[in-house]
Amino acid sequence: MMTQLAQPTQPPTSKQLPGGEKMPLRIPTPSIFRPKQPVDQSVLKENRALVAEIDRRGALRGTISLGALTLLTGCDVTEEAPVQKVLRTVSAWNDRVQAALFRPDHLAPTFSPAQVVKPPRFNAHFDVEEVKPVDGASWKLELAGRIDDKRPWTAQEIYALPEQEIIIRHVCVEGWDYIGQWSGPNLTSFFQRVGADLTAKYVYFHCADDYTESIDMATALHPQTILATRYANATVTDPFGYPLRLRTSTKLGYKNAKWIRAIEVTNTFTETFWSKQGFNWFAGI
Amino acid sequence: MPSTPVKSNDRHAPRRARHLHPLPVRIMHWINAIAIFIMIGSGWKIYNDDVIFGWLHFPDALVIGKWAQYGLQWHFFGMWIFVLNGLAYLTYGFASGRFRRKLFPISLREILATVGDALRFRLAHDDLTHYNAVQKILYLGIILIGILIVISGLALWKPVQFSELASMFGNFQTIRLVHFLCMSAIVGFLLVHVALALLVPQSLVAMLTGGPIVHDDAVGATDTAANVQATPWR
Repeated sequence: MMTQLAQPTQPPTSKQLPGGEKMPLRIPTPSIFRPKQPVDQSVLKENRALVAEIDRRGALRGTISLGALTLLTGCDVTEEAPVQKVLRTVSAWNDRVQAALFRPDHLAPTFSPAQVVKPPRFNAHFDVEEVKPVDGASWKLELAGRIDDKRPWTAQEIYALPEQEIIIRHVCVEGWDYIGQWSGPNLTSFFQRVGADLTAKYVYFHCADDYTESIDMATALHPQTILATRYANATVTDPFGYPLRLRTSTKLGYKNAKWIRAIEVTNTFTETFWSKQGFNWFAGI
Repeated sequence: MPSTPVKSNDRHAPRRARHLHPLPVRIMHWINAIAIFIMIGSGWKIYNDDVIFGWLHFPDALVIGKWAQYGLQWHFFGMWIFVLNGLAYLTYGFASGRFRRKLFPISLREILATVGDALRFRLAHDDLTHYNAVQKILYLGIILIGILIVISGLALWKPVQFSELASMFGNFQTIRLVHFLCMSAIVGFLLVHVALALLVPQSLVAMLTGGPIVHDDAVGATDTAANVQATPWR
C-alpha cells in the first residue's frame, strides 16, 4: 500500500531484495526433451569444423528476436546469459546517462520537521529481528584507499564532528517513499579533514552486515550527502544503521549503506551487493 | 472537410500519391508495439513490489521479469525504444503533415454523429483512409497519453534531478499514480484497438502492407474515399 508504513514490529517480507523478493538459488529442472543417454562424443570430432563455424555465428546469440519477446510472458528468457548481457549493458549505459544528468549543486527538495515519519521505514536484505546491533564502544570507522590520514575513527570522535541536518525524501526502488530527518557530518567536510582524493572516481562503504555499496565521487561531494549519526534529533537506532550510515538525497534507498565499518576511496570499480544481482549501480534519483 | 484550393507556393506537389500507411509509419508502429509490450509487462512487475491498490496485483504469468531487478532492467531498456521511436513518430507526424491530415479537424457534431452511429452498429469500415471523429479523438488522445507517461516516467526516475518537473505533479506517490493511470489508459486503448483490428482485418493488413494508395488533392486536405485510387488488397 502506498500509504502504509511498516513499523519495526511489522517488518516487510523476509530476506528482501530491494525489489522485495528472494533470489533463486535452485538449479533449473532438466528439460523433458533432454536425451536419456549422453551424446556420443565422437560425433564432435567428425564435425569439428562445422561446430567451429557455428560458433563464429555467436554474435547472433546477443540478438533479441520478436519471437523471443513474445515468449516472455510466462516463460522468462530474462535469465538467459545473452539476454542478461544485453540488459546489463543497457543498465551500464544508463549509469553513464544518469552521471551526465546529475546536477552537482542542485539541491533535493527539503521538508519541515512536521512531515518527518517516525520511526523511519525499515528495509534490508533480512528481517528487522535479524539486525545484529553494532557495539558503539568498540566500533571503529576504518579508512582505506586514496586517503592521506587513514587513522581509524571511534564513534565518540565521529559524533563530536560538526553536524548537518537534512530533511529529505527517501525513495525506495520498490516504489515507496517517506520523509526522514537525518543529521551527521557532511561527507565532503569529512573527506577534506582526512585528506581524501576528491578526484578519485568511487567511494565504497563496507558494512558490518557484509553489505557493500558504492557511489560516484560527484554524489559523495553533493552538499546533501552526509554520514548520518542521528534521526529526528536522536541517535540513529540499530535497525537504521547505528552507529554510522550514509544518507544522500540523490540516490535510491539501497545506495545508502547502513552500519558502515570502512570507507574506501578508489578509482577501481567493483560490483556491489545489489549491482551484482542486476540492480542498477548508479541508482540516482 | 472540403479540399482547399492548391496554392502555388505549396511545398508539396499536388496530388501526391502514397500509401495510406507509408513505410516509416508501419515500421514505427510495430517498433512501438514491441516497446509498449516490454514497458507494460515490466511496469506491472515493478508495480507488484509496492502496489498502489491493495486489491490489484498483476499475475506472475503476465509480467516481464521473474525478479524485481529483471523487471527494472527491462523497463529501463524498453524506455529507450519507446522514447526514441516516439520522438521519431512525432517528428514524422508533424513534418509530413500526417497528423494534420489524419487527426484534424475534429468537430463536436461529428463526434456526436459517430457515437450515435456506433451505438446503432452503423459505423462504416469500408473506407480505411478516413478516420471518424471518435478515431481521431482516440488517436490524438493516446498520443497525448504517450507523452504524459514519458513525462511522469522522467519525474519518477529523477524526482531530484528533475525536481522542478516532479513538483508539478505533487508528491512522489502522485507521480506514480499518474504514471499508472496513463498505463491504464494505454491498456484500455489497446483492448479496443486490437479488438477493432481483428474485427476489421483489412486494417491490420494495411498496417503490414501499407494499404491503399491515397492522393492528397492539396496540402491540408483530409484523406477521403474520393482521394483513394486503388484498394489492392480487396
